[in-house]
Amino acid sequence: MAKYTLTVNGGSKEVDAAADMPLLWVIRDLLGMKGTKFGCGQSLCGACTVHLDGVAIRSCSIPISEVGDGQITTIEGLSENGDHPVQKAWIQHIVPQCGYCQSGQIMNAASLLNSNPNPTDEEIEQGMEGNLCRCGTYNRIKEAIVTASKSL
Amino acid sequence: MLPNIPFLKKGKREDQSKIFVASRRDFLKLGSLATGGLILGVSFQCSGPKGETVTFAPNVYININSDNEVTLVAHRSEMGTGIRTSLPQIVADELGADWSKIKIVQAEGDEEKYGNQNTDGSFSIRMFYEPMLRAGATARYMLIAAAAADWEVDASECITQDGMVIHSGKGKKVNFGDLVGKLKDAPAPDPAQVKLKDFSSYKLIGTDLPIYDLKDIVSGKAVFGADVDLPNMKIAVVKRSPVIGATVISYNDEKALAVPGVLHVVKIEGIGFPPGLDKALEGVAVVAESTWSAIKGREALEIEWDLGENQNYNSDEQQAAMLESTKSKGKIRRERGDFDKASRSASKSIERTYEVPFYAHATIEPPAAIADVKEDGSCEVWAPSQHPQWARGAVAAAIGADVANVKVNVTLLGGGFGRKSKPDFVVEAAVLSKAVKAPVRVQWTREDDLHFDFFHSHSAQRIKASLDAAGNLTGWNHHTVFPAIGSTSSKEEVHPSDGEMGLGCTDFPFDVPNIRIESHESTGNTRVGWLRSVSNIHHAFAIHSMMDEIAEARGKDPLENAIELLGADRDITFQSEMVDGEYGNYGEKIEDYPWNTGRMKNVIRTVSEKSNWATNKANGKIMGFAAHKSFLTYVACVVMLEKGADGGTIISDVHYVVDCGVAVNTDRIRSQFEGGSQFATSLATTSKITFDKGQVQQNNFDTYKIIRMPASPKNIHVHIIESQIKPTGVGEPPVPPFIPALANAMYQLNGKRIYKLPFTV
Repeated sequence: MAKYTLTVNGGSKEVDAAADMPLLWVIRDLLGMKGTKFGCGQSLCGACTVHLDGVAIRSCSIPISEVGDGQITTIEGLSENGDHPVQKAWIQHIVPQCGYCQSGQIMNAASLLNSNPNPTDEEIEQGMEGNLCRCGTYNRIKEAIVTASKSL
Repeated sequence: MLPNIPFLKKGKREDQSKIFVASRRDFLKLGSLATGGLILGVSFQCSGPKGETVTFAPNVYININSDNEVTLVAHRSEMGTGIRTSLPQIVADELGADWSKIKIVQAEGDEEKYGNQNTDGSFSIRMFYEPMLRAGATARYMLIAAAAADWEVDASECITQDGMVIHSGKGKKVNFGDLVGKLKDAPAPDPAQVKLKDFSSYKLIGTDLPIYDLKDIVSGKAVFGADVDLPNMKIAVVKRSPVIGATVISYNDEKALAVPGVLHVVKIEGIGFPPGLDKALEGVAVVAESTWSAIKGREALEIEWDLGENQNYNSDEQQAAMLESTKSKGKIRRERGDFDKASRSASKSIERTYEVPFYAHATIEPPAAIADVKEDGSCEVWAPSQHPQWARGAVAAAIGADVANVKVNVTLLGGGFGRKSKPDFVVEAAVLSKAVKAPVRVQWTREDDLHFDFFHSHSAQRIKASLDAAGNLTGWNHHTVFPAIGSTSSKEEVHPSDGEMGLGCTDFPFDVPNIRIESHESTGNTRVGWLRSVSNIHHAFAIHSMMDEIAEARGKDPLENAIELLGADRDITFQSEMVDGEYGNYGEKIEDYPWNTGRMKNVIRTVSEKSNWATNKANGKIMGFAAHKSFLTYVACVVMLEKGADGGTIISDVHYVVDCGVAVNTDRIRSQFEGGSQFATSLATTSKITFDKGQVQQNNFDTYKIIRMPASPKNIHVHIIESQIKPTGVGEPPVPPFIPALANAMYQLNGKRIYKLPFTV
C-alpha cells in the first residue's frame, strides 16, 4: 500500500492503495464516484472510460502507480450541469436504453471530438469501436456524435 | 418446478383491476412514498383457473400532494426498455397531469403491496396498460368532483389538463394540489361509472416522451446495482465451481488472507446438480475492503474440487448427438392430418437441419448485489433484479429469515435480457453478509458472468417439407431438441416444456394440411435460462429459413409465399392439435389475444411497401425477409446487404414493421427494435458459448464476441402500425425474425444457405 495524490475533475484527492490497483477501482471504491462503470476489466468494452489529460483511457487497465500527475476527468466532471455538447446531443437523441455503458460512450465520444471535431461516419465507427453496447444504441450514438460535432 | 414466468406458466391468468383510496393503514405502510394528500391504490384481483382468488394486492399508487407533485410508483424493473417511463406515462395522460411535475419512485420487491413484479416476457405494457388508464381516470374523476362541487357546476363540464381541473365555460382553473385537501375522506368513484378518455385526446400516449432517467444517465448519476454504498460495506468476489455441480473438497485460504485488504474467506454451499434457478453455486468467497483486494485474494485461493457428474461434458458432442436424434421419431407435440401420407405422395421433399449454439446474456453490467443482514436477522438488499419478489424469497430461504424481514430495493439494471430474473447473485450477497456480519457487495467479473450464466440453450432441429405436383406445401414436420429450462431444476425435464414449444414451434401459423411437430430428449449439463425471446431465437431461425427455401421451390416471392401460406384472414387456435399438451399463448387466453393471420399479413404487406421490396428486387438489391409473431406482437423484417469499401459485407438497412396494438411510447418502441436488430446481429454472426470438460471455453469479450459499432446495421427503419387494439410488448419480438431475414439475405448474396449459427457476414 502507498499514498497517491490524484487530480480528479480539477480537485486533488489523496488515496492509500496497492500500486497495482486499477484506476477504475480507485475511482469507484476509494473515491466513491460511481459514474464510471466496470464491464470487463481488460479494456475490451469501454464502460470504464475516463480522460487522462483529455484523452480517453480505459481506467480498468491502468494501475494507479502509472497515473502520475495527469488530470483525470470522469463523467461527473465532464461538465458542471450535464450540459457538455456531447451530453446535450445524447439527450436530444434519447440515446440510452439501460444506460450502463453510456458514461463510457460519452467520455469516449468527447475525447474523439477533442481530437477530431468533424469526424466522418467511418471515423466515428472506428473511434467508438472499443465501446460495447449490449442494448444496441450504436446508431443513436453515431447520430448524437454528428449533432455534437456541429455544436462544438 | 417451473418458475412463475408468464411465458412458461401453464395456467391462465384472469385479472381484474380495482381501485381504492388508500386507508390510514395503507398510508403508513407506504412510508416515505407518501407525502400527504391523495393516495390512490390500484389493485388486481387475480383468480386462478378455477376462479379462486389467489392474490389481492395494490400494484401501483398515485400520490398527489398539496405542492402539486404527482408521485407514481414504478413497480416494474427498468433494464433499458423504458418501462419506468411508459407505465407512468399512461397514468399521467389519463389523469391529465403535468409531466414535468411527475416524480417516479421505484417500488421495492413486495408481492403484497405491488402484485406481480416479474419484469420478463415482454409483459409489462400488455398487463398494465388498462389498469394504469383506470387508475389515472379514477383520480381524474375525484379531482373533478371536488372542483365541480366548489364551483357549483356539473362535473361533466370539467376537464383536466396540465395538472389542473378546468371549467372553460366559467373560465375557472385549479391546480390538483389545491384540491387534494378536500379529498381526504372522499370515496373512490364506482368503477363502472369511470369512463376513459377518448383515444384521440391522449397527449402523451403515442408520443416520443423522453425516458425519465435520461439526464441522470448522461451525467453519471443513475444508480445501478454496484453503485450503492453502505457504511462499513465489504466487497466479495467468489471462486465458483468450474463445472456446474462440482463441490469443494478442501481449500487453503492462507495466501488469500495474506493479500492486503482481504478480511475473510467464506465457503458458499451449493446444492449439487441440478443447480436450480434460484440457488447460489458452490464456491469460496473472498471478502475484502475493496474490489481489487477481493479479486487479488481470489487469485491466491487454493481449492481442491470434486468436479462431479458434468466433468466430461462437451457441448459439440451433445449437439452432434441431438442432431442425430432428430432422424428418429420423437415425442409428438402437435399433429394435424397425416404428415407421413403427405410425405409419401410428395413430388418434392425438402429436408434441412439447423443448429444454434449456447448464448450468454453478457449484460454490460455484470451481476452485482448488495445485502445487509442485520443483528436481528432481518436483511435489506439492493440489486439490479428483474424479479425482486423471487430474490426476496430466495434470500429469505438462504439465510433462514422470514420473507417479511427481507427488503429488496431495485436499482436500475445495466441490461437484463432474462439473466437478472435469477436471484443467485443476490443470494450470494445475503449469505456472505450474514457470515461476515457486515454489509457486503458481491461483484461478478466478466469471466464470472460468462462462465456462470443461465445460458440460452443450444439446439438442433430438422424440418421436412412436402410439396405436391402443383407446388402446394402439403406437409410440415419439425423436430426440435434442446436442453430445457426445466433441466436446471430437475433431471426429469428431458423435453422442452409446452411453454418453450409454444415459443415459435407449436404455434407454426402456416395453413399446411399435414403438420407434425416433435421434440426429442436431451440432458441438462449446465444452467439453462431464458434470453431475450427465448426458444423463438432458434425456432424462428429454422422455420423462416426453411420458408425461404420453400418459396424458392415454389417459384414464389418470399413475401407473397408467406402471405399465401398464412391463408384466409382468421384467428388460429392451436389447442385442438396439441398432443398431450397445452398451447400457452404466453400466459394469455387465446380468445383475448388471438393469433390473427390478417394482422400478420398486414405487417408483411406494409414491410413490402416500406422497404420498396418489389422495386429493389427488380434492381438486384440483396435482401432477405422473415416475419414472426412472438410475445403476441406481430413483426415483419427485411434486411438489406451491400458490399463495403473494403470488400466486406455490410448490413445497410433493416426495415421492421411492428403491430403491437396501441403504441404507448413510440420512441421506446423504435429503440427496442433498433437495439433488437443489433442484439440479433450478435446472435447471428459473432456469439457462441461452448463447453469442454464441463467448463465454458469463453472468458471475456475477446472470445465471446458481441458486435461493435462498425458491424452494426447501418440504417434501422421502424414502422409502427397505428392501432387501438390492446397493446402487447416489444422487448423481445424484434429478435426472432431478424436472424432468418439476415440468413436469407446472405443466400441472395452468395448462393449459400445458412444452417448453423453463428455465420460470417
